[in-house]
Amino acid sequence: MGAAQQSATGTETSGHGTNGGDALRPNPGTSAGVLNTNAVGEADMVQLLDADGNRHADATFGPYVDALDSEALRGFYRDMATVRRFDTEATALQRQGELALWVPVVGQEAAQIGSGRAMRPADYAFPTYREHGVALTRGLDLADLLKLFRGVSNGGWDPREKNFHLYTLVLAAQTLHAVGYAMGISRDLAADPTTEPAAVVAYFGDGSSSEGDVHESMVFAASYNAPVVFFCQNNYWAISVPFEVQSRVPLANRAGGYGFPGIRVDGNDVLAVYAVTQWALDHARDGHGPVLIEASTYRVGAHTTADDPTKYRMNAEEEAWKAKDPLTRLEAYLRAEGLADDAFFEQVRNDGDELAAHVRRATLALGGADIRQKFATVYAEAHPLVAEELAWFEKYEASFADADSQTSQGGAA
Amino acid sequence: MKTMTIAKAINEGLRATLANDPKSFIMGEDIGSLGGVYRVTEGLKAEFGAHRVMDTPLAESGIIGTAIGMALRGHRPICEIQFDGFVFPGFNQITTQMAKIHTRSDGQLSAPVVVRIPYGGGIGSIEHHSESPEALFAHTAGLRIITPSNANDAYWMIQQAVECKDPVIFFEPKRRYWLKGEVDTENSPGDPFKAHVVREGTDATIVAYGPLVPVALAAANAAAEDGRSVEVIDLRSISPIDFDTVEASVKKTGRLIVSHEAPTFGGIGGEISARISERCFYSMEAPAIRVGGFHMPYPVARVEEHYLPDIDRMLEALDRAFAY
Ligand SMILES: Cc1ncc(C[n+]2csc(CCOP(=O)(O)OP(=O)(O)O)c2C)c(N)n1
Repeated sequence: MGAAQQSATGTETSGHGTNGGDALRPNPGTSAGVLNTNAVGEADMVQLLDADGNRHADATFGPYVDALDSEALRGFYRDMATVRRFDTEATALQRQGELALWVPVVGQEAAQIGSGRAMRPADYAFPTYREHGVALTRGLDLADLLKLFRGVSNGGWDPREKNFHLYTLVLAAQTLHAVGYAMGISRDLAADPTTEPAAVVAYFGDGSSSEGDVHESMVFAASYNAPVVFFCQNNYWAISVPFEVQSRVPLANRAGGYGFPGIRVDGNDVLAVYAVTQWALDHARDGHGPVLIEASTYRVGAHTTADDPTKYRMNAEEEAWKAKDPLTRLEAYLRAEGLADDAFFEQVRNDGDELAAHVRRATLALGGADIRQKFATVYAEAHPLVAEELAWFEKYEASFADADSQTSQGGAA
Repeated sequence: MKTMTIAKAINEGLRATLANDPKSFIMGEDIGSLGGVYRVTEGLKAEFGAHRVMDTPLAESGIIGTAIGMALRGHRPICEIQFDGFVFPGFNQITTQMAKIHTRSDGQLSAPVVVRIPYGGGIGSIEHHSESPEALFAHTAGLRIITPSNANDAYWMIQQAVECKDPVIFFEPKRRYWLKGEVDTENSPGDPFKAHVVREGTDATIVAYGPLVPVALAAANAAAEDGRSVEVIDLRSISPIDFDTVEASVKKTGRLIVSHEAPTFGGIGGEISARISERCFYSMEAPAIRVGGFHMPYPVARVEEHYLPDIDRMLEALDRAFAY
């Protein structure tokens, strides 16, 4: 049993702030240690598929999965494997100097694919910067995600095409935009009842949960009964800072304080994540207001390609979480139920390689960015200062062109 | 023509916006039944309902952040920040999010949110109720910043701010809220980002905006008694700045005084002085002179008269300009 699992089930007795006399420093490798004092362990976490791939009954959430056909279940696996393959390729591109940075998603595939697949086209997702799996479920070309990390764009796609918003590097800022967007949906419905009902999903991490904006977004969401689902991927680490430093209680518990439901779900169980998110989105779309979902998951690799997790966490913890891998458990289930065979998994692998090749080709073809495009998009309406500075820049650039042509003429002579 | 105070003119402008644009709405603290602490939104909730004039939770980041989200969905939020000193909890949302969404999305999205902020001193208030933080916003590309100095501009500029496709910070000169002036509700004064020459002159130019425009006019009148003909420009827009109008004036007068309540150091006055020096170097009889606040947090009310630029400080600056 891994350290995190032990503490989550309450077998570790040291409470918050009492470990070894150093009140401000939680023990490394006990990222779920705080949970013991709050009596929320695995039992209080929705799980439909355990780490060995066995289905569990659940009266509330089970039916959402029962309604899925074998194609849909295989689709979950396909998506998770695809985004993992994509991640490997992006990491490789970064190592080869083609990306400035990469933010890996390995370990969190179930949380992302399960929640993303629960959304309808009219729903809208506000990601942070790690939601590559959600992007896949929304139908984005994953190569577009790399424009930001290659430094050719601060965005990279039109958010309105797939209702998948841009990434942002300012943690938690977009939780408020999500709530505002959801408030806008309510207004549209009030003004025109034929508006398609929709909900919004706001993604954020356990570290981000400490930001004031998350608090304010929950206050606004509750006050205006906004159709928003707060989806926290608790991967237990905010770069090097463990979950204990962010919260003494499971984050799902906080929802009660705002007056809306909070659900803690096994974030490595794609079926459970799908089911609870469906439930939450229905709840929101039906006018019952916000829901907070805390998906308990784990970031298996580094925070980003610039990070070194060996400096702050224990190998044993990583190994314990690898045993809960979302892909292996779904594979075990699909095989046991006779829903997928070797040929299927082979096909998924081949398709993944093809996607990786496409992403690589597209990334290398991206070329440079043009600063003129940046001048053009500072404002929506014409702006004299931007025009003046662009004019100066063009003249300055042109002066080099003259100099260049003179030297090349000189060289030719 | 109707005569009204600046506060009433903004109120009338907001009323016209709410009536004309069904997607527009006002949000902020205490703006509903109370009508705002300065009563600028008085009566609007009764007329348009709580849905259009929305009392929000007490959370500035929440106000700006959710407004951005609503703007992304096609709505037109007009946010009220209760006082200048309390905009900072929302500063992150304004500068890292609202200002940048257009460029970050490569021009596909924008957040046309209006943020109204009563600003400036001279009302004998306590701390955080008298600040002039406009330079902090002006330094952020992607924002537009305007400030009316009279009732007619107040009536029109608030409506133009809501129509603008970019985010606009609308600074309201709170000590002039009760200043009366004529409002022509039929004819707009035109481009809100253009400066107005509010007094013609030939010997020096004073550039001012918001609360200091009446002070600059009074200083120009006083200077006229000494035989100096001073032109006064009401900047109206702090970002963008209408340098062309200032340039034309300084080329004519040869002397430039820039005044604002905000600290001189790192302020808008420095920007105007530098740009105009570049453009008008050979026409200038004296260096540009700034008249502003000191490098200190806005002081306690009992000494604010020494902090705020007044007629005498502007006249002293004119004396220096004429001494070259
Ligand atoms: C406002 C803000 N502060 C600090 C950072 C730097 N930073 C980037 S990621 C990160 C940790 C985030 O942890 P969490 O919210 O748990 O998300 P995760 O990266 O684990 O998915 C920090 C501190 C930031 N991006 N934004």
